[in-house]
Amino acid sequence: MASSAAVAPLAVMDPDTGRRRGWTGYILLLPAAIWLGVFFVIPFYSLVATSLFDPSGSDAKGYDMTYHFANYWHALQDYWQPLVRSLVYAGIATLFCLVLGYVLAYAIAFKAGRWKNLMLVLVIAPFFTSFLVRTLAWKLILGDNGFIVNSLQAVHILGPDGRLLATPVAVIAGLTYNFLPFMVLPLFASIDKIDHRLIEAASDLYANPITGFRKVTWPLSLPGVVSGTLLTFIPAAGDYINAQLLGSPNQRMVGSVIQSLFTDANNYPIAGALSMILMLLIVAMVLFYVRRAGTEELL
Amino acid sequence: MSQVAEAPSSGSSDSDAPADASTYDGLALRQLEKDFGAFRAVRSLDLDVPRGSFFALLGPSGCGKTTTLRMVAGLESPTSGTITLAGQDITYAKPYQRPVNTVFQSYALFPHLDIYENVAFGLRRRKKGDVDAQVREMLDLVELGSQVRKKPVQLSGGQQQRVALARALINRPEVLLLDEPLGALDLKLRRSMQIELKRIQDEVGLTFIHVTHDQEEAMTMADTVAVMNAGLIEQMGAPAELYENPRSTFVANFLGQSNLIDGTIKSRAADVVTVDMHGIDVSVRADRTHTQGDKGWIGIRPEKVLIGEEGESLDAPGNTVPGGVVTDVSFVGVSTQYLVRMPWGQELQVFSQNTGRHRLFEEGERVELSWRPEYAFLLDASQDASAGAQKIDSDG
Repeated sequence: MASSAAVAPLAVMDPDTGRRRGWTGYILLLPAAIWLGVFFVIPFYSLVATSLFDPSGSDAKGYDMTYHFANYWHALQDYWQPLVRSLVYAGIATLFCLVLGYVLAYAIAFKAGRWKNLMLVLVIAPFFTSFLVRTLAWKLILGDNGFIVNSLQAVHILGPDGRLLATPVAVIAGLTYNFLPFMVLPLFASIDKIDHRLIEAASDLYANPITGFRKVTWPLSLPGVVSGTLLTFIPAAGDYINAQLLGSPNQRMVGSVIQSLFTDANNYPIAGALSMILMLLIVAMVLFYVRRAGTEELL
Repeated sequence: MSQVAEAPSSGSSDSDAPADASTYDGLALRQLEKDFGAFRAVRSLDLDVPRGSFFALLGPSGCGKTTTLRMVAGLESPTSGTITLAGQDITYAKPYQRPVNTVFQSYALFPHLDIYENVAFGLRRRKKGDVDAQVREMLDLVELGSQVRKKPVQLSGGQQQRVALARALINRPEVLLLDEPLGALDLKLRRSMQIELKRIQDEVGLTFIHVTHDQEEAMTMADTVAVMNAGLIEQMGAPAELYENPRSTFVANFLGQSNLIDGTIKSRAADVVTVDMHGIDVSVRADRTHTQGDKGWIGIRPEKVLIGEEGESLDAPGNTVPGGVVTDVSFVGVSTQYLVRMPWGQELQVFSQNTGRHRLFEEGERVELSWRPEYAFLLDASQDASAGAQKIDSDG
């Protein structure tokens, strides 16, 4: 009521009310537009430009813009392995996150009762320490003389000199751990909204608990599944800390390659091209995924 | 309607015992109890619902009627007691394993499925063939044949209610449970849905158990009404019987309105009880007397009370009470409602049909009230005269 009362005098003052309202909308959009312009459009333009620079240039000499599309080809040729590896590791980590996160989010939403808020705080508690510190902690946990490796060696799952560090297992475990909260929170938001009476209705209509989950709970939680998997997969595919700290060069992910191309090799054009390829791949996969999940309207 | 329906309710120790649950073809609840922590929601409930009847469980919120319904549906498990359906013990059967379906108060339609799939849900779970024909037939029955591909949010409240009904009915359950399904509808829609529901029940012939706090709804729709209060069934019977001959002050006040006047019992004959009501002798039929003590509440429905000029000999060969003063007159068109202050200070309600045979009385006029003895009833003096009264105006 108050807002419409506040708008009314404006509309009275200006006979052309439609126009007036139109301007208000644009003015309100302005901060976000400036923010996007400064922090997305300009850097994006700069990245696209960098990826087309003449690769023979250097940081010292400067680069020439030669629309050198071959950069993309070279980047793919040299770095397709870490690129594919990134998508595979991120995919597997996302899958683990989904399974673990769904169970956790379901338990928090439906079973935690008065502990609900405390458990949500616990889910985000790891954010109180830095990403780097948490990953380093995993280095200790999975270390060659750590409890886990020793236990696995004792039960002969790992050989006497088997290790976890510097293996894909460690990298995927690190990714799963680090991105789990990004999965749990959207899943929780979705599952928590599900009216419990719908599940009762399903069971009243001859659906056993498993069918009830498949036909009611799962479809209703899909928006959370889609946003959770995107929030996990996208950063995981570009992550390089986990691969660098928990893996070896054999587990190098594309983020790590891009980082070293930028900072160590000073090969800006190839680094830019590789960044663009990663981004385009992710956008394509996300579009395909969202279409397939049929949840555009739910997002 | 049926003899079985008038089986005794809990709390009363009537002579005719409940039917043997294992051979009874309807729904039988025996000694059913439900505790939530220290709170006893349902206490020692015995109930027989005959097959094919339209049964209403009526009571104020928190009286245990919904809990009872949920136990029959299997959504709540009883603390003790048994539920048998057509001779089969289903007390602890899973909700998806019993031939009982529910129309939920909030409808609980699946928001991600369209109307068609909502209605087909139960059939698909039980792998029934011929889903399409049955769904279309059912949607035609509830007059939603043209809306099959809409999602529940696109429908109005009344349409959603009909989808919920179709979704439950299509499974042809032995018992259909209706949990205040009309509560969310506005008055006009509610009246038409009441008629619709009754029509459908006649057509399909299934057992309906309808939980409601709306006494008018219960009386219009059901052939048997059980009035529930604080986890107990106060009284059960045909609507007219409950209304005309309530056994407790709660029933007297919850179903319609009643004037309850305290009196002292002077004598008990075989068929009539004489009561001293503030110095006036009034008589009550023995079969309408529900107290053993020597004091009681004389009950009389407002529309059964005749109002006349002082000294006028009214057309009521019975109990006449002189010395009333009209304190309030509300003209409602079809009738006029009076409040009359009696010599002992109590205000009685009188509903007088505007037949044109009598003039309207005005505030402050002295009047005489009377009623035929066969309409009065006598209730136990230990009961609270205002029990159940507060709900009268607040339904919906």
